[in-house]
Amino acid sequence: MAAKGTSLRQYALTRLALVVPMVLILLTLVFLLMRVAPGDPVSASLGGHAPPAVINQIKHKLGFDKPLYVQYVQYLGNVGRGNFGTAINPAQPVSEIIKVNGTATLELTLYAMIIAITVGVAIGLLAGRFRDTPVDSGGRLFGIIIYATPIFFLGLMAQLFFGVYLGWLPVSGRASPLTQATLTTHTNIYTIDAIIDRNWAALGDVLRHMILPAFTLGLVTAGVFIRLIRINVIRTMKDDYIEAARARGINERSVVYHHAFRNALVPVITIIGLQVALLLGGAVLTETTFNWPGIGHELLLYIENRDYAAVQGIIVVFALVVVAVSVVIDFVGAFIDPRIRY
Amino acid sequence: MTNEPVVSVRELRVYYGTKRGPVQAVDGVSLDIAAGEVVGLVGESGCGKSTLGRGILGLLPEGASSDGEVIYGGRNIVGMTPKELRRLRGPDLGLIFQEPMTRLNPLMRIEEHFKETLEQHEPSLGDKEIRRRSLETLGRMGIPPTRFSQYPHEFSGGMRQRIMIALAVVLQPKLLIADEPTTSLDVIVEAQILSILADLRRNFGTALLLITHNLGIVAESCDRVAVMYAGKIVEEGPARDVFIDPAHPYTRELLRSTISLETSELHSIPGAPPSLLDPPRGCRFHPRCPSAMWVCATTDPIEKRIDADRRVQCWLHGPEDRIPEGGTAELEREEIAVAEEA
Repeated sequence: MAAKGTSLRQYALTRLALVVPMVLILLTLVFLLMRVAPGDPVSASLGGHAPPAVINQIKHKLGFDKPLYVQYVQYLGNVGRGNFGTAINPAQPVSEIIKVNGTATLELTLYAMIIAITVGVAIGLLAGRFRDTPVDSGGRLFGIIIYATPIFFLGLMAQLFFGVYLGWLPVSGRASPLTQATLTTHTNIYTIDAIIDRNWAALGDVLRHMILPAFTLGLVTAGVFIRLIRINVIRTMKDDYIEAARARGINERSVVYHHAFRNALVPVITIIGLQVALLLGGAVLTETTFNWPGIGHELLLYIENRDYAAVQGIIVVFALVVVAVSVVIDFVGAFIDPRIRY
Repeated sequence: MTNEPVVSVRELRVYYGTKRGPVQAVDGVSLDIAAGEVVGLVGESGCGKSTLGRGILGLLPEGASSDGEVIYGGRNIVGMTPKELRRLRGPDLGLIFQEPMTRLNPLMRIEEHFKETLEQHEPSLGDKEIRRRSLETLGRMGIPPTRFSQYPHEFSGGMRQRIMIALAVVLQPKLLIADEPTTSLDVIVEAQILSILADLRRNFGTALLLITHNLGIVAESCDRVAVMYAGKIVEEGPARDVFIDPAHPYTRELLRSTISLETSELHSIPGAPPSLLDPPRGCRFHPRCPSAMWVCATTDPIEKRIDADRRVQCWLHGPEDRIPEGGTAELEREEIAVAEEA
C-alpha cells in the first residue's frame, strides 16, 4: 500500500509540474495571435473615423506602441500578479468580466456536462451491452442526430417547441427579472446562491431557465460519448478476462458491470477531459442562442472590438479551465487504472 | 480406468455460424473422462480442440450452437439454461487458458478476483475464510501472501498462469480443462505448471482434460490421449499404447513430426488441415494421408474398437465388410490432387 501511495503522489507532482510550461505556452500563443490578427482596439473602438494622430496618441497612452517583447514581458508580469488588465470598450476590469460572466458560463457548462455524461454514459453502455438490438440502433441514431445537429439549430428548435409552442420553459436569460432582483449574489452561481439563501422559489426559477440551454449544450456533447462508450463496451466485452470471468461462473450482471463497463470507461475518462474544451466552445454558441450572459457571449463582443486585454484574459481563463480539468481527469484516470501510475 | 466418468461427451457437435456458412468445428465427438484421470487432447491448430474444451463448459462464443450430449452429474449440459451453466462453471467445471497475460481484469487486484469468485459460488463464506482459502491455494502455486493485494500487471506471465490456476482450483472443480496452458510460457515455467497440474490430480482427484499440440507433454503427463483431426476424434487410447503403436496414419505422421535430440531432419505432413466450412468427402484426412485407399475418398470411416480401451476411425482397421469391392486399392496421386481440389 505504501508503494501505491508514493507512486500516485509522484505521478500527481509530475503532472502538476507539467502545467507550468503548458500555461506559459498558452499565454504566449494568445498574446501573439491577438497581435498578428488585423485591426487593433483603438481603431476598432473609434470606428475608423479618428485622425491618425489621435489614434497614435491613445495607442501611446495604452502602451501599444512599445516593442512587442516589452509588451509581452509586461503582460506576463501582470498575469503573474493576477492582473488581467482593463477592457477598453465597454470599459471594465477583465477580472470583473471573469467573475460575473465566467461564473454564468461555469454554471451552464457544469450542468451541461452532467447531462452529457449521464445521457452519454447511460445510452452508450446500453447500446454497447445490447449490441445489434433495437436499443442499440435507437441509441446510435439518437447519438448521430444530436451530434450532427448544430447547437444553435437544436437550441432554436428547443426554444420553439418547449418555449413558444408548449410554453413550458423560459427561452432566454439566467433568471426572471424578479429573481434577479431578489437573489443576493454570493458566488454568482445562481443555483448555489439560491440554496445559500434558502430561496426555493428562486432556485426553481433558475433551474427552469437552465433546462433548455443545458440540455442543448449537453446533448450535443452526449452524442460523442454515446458512440465512444458503445464502441468501448463492444470491444471490452470481447476481452479475454471477460471470457475468463464467465468460465469461473461469475454472473452476467457482475461480468457486465464490474468487468466490462469499468474497463470500457477508462479511455472515456480522458475523452471527457478533452470534451470540456469543446463544451466551452459550444457554450459560446449556446449563450448567444439563449441570451445567456456568459463569458462566451462577452468574448464575441470583445473580439469584434479587437480588445487585447479582454480577449487575452477570457481565452486564458478558458485555457486554464481546460488545463485544470485535464489535470483532474488524469488524476481520476490514475486512481481508477493502476497501470497509469507506473 | 474403471471409474465412473466425471464427464461423458456423446456425439457432441458444435457449429459456428459464419458469413460463408456454418463451420463444423466439432463433429460428433464422444469422450469419457474419469475422476483423477488426465486425458490429453492433441491435434493441429484449428482442428477443434479448444472448441471441444469450451463446448464441455457450454462456454461458446456468440453465434455458435451445439447439439449432442455432455453428461455431467447425470444431467446434459447441452441445452442447459445460462443460469444452470453458470452454477456449474467454477465449482464443477474449471477452465484455464492459453494466454494468461490478458485473462485477469487489469483494474482488479488479485484479492478481488478471488473474493468475487468465492462469493459467487459460496456466498456463506466470510471475508476471513475467503482470504484463508485464497492464500492457501495461491501458496500451493508458489504465490506469496504479500502479493495478494497487487494488480495483474505486477506479475509475470508464468505467475499470472499460476494465479489463473489458483482461481480455478480454489473452488475444487471435479474437472479442469486446461487449454494449452503452457503454450505462451518458457520451458521452466511450463515444467512448474505441469507439476502443479499433476499435484492437483494426486491430491484432489481432479479429472483433467489437457488440450495441447505438444506431444511431449502428453507422453509425460497423460493417462490417455485423444487425437483430433478436422473436428473428429480419429484415435483414442492409453497414451503409452497410442504412442508406441499409433493406429491412425494421422497419429503416426503427427508423432513422426515431433522433434527430439535424435531428430536429424524435420518431418512434416504435406498439405494443411482442411477448411471446416467445406470438409473433404469421406475421411477428412484422406487428401494428406500416405495410406489413403479408394474407399477413404468416398465414405466416412466408421469408429472401431481395436482393443478394450482403444478406438480408431480409419478404414485401414475396417470393418472390412463395410468396404465396397476394390475399395482397398491405393488412392493414386492424381486422385489425391482432385480430391484436394474438391
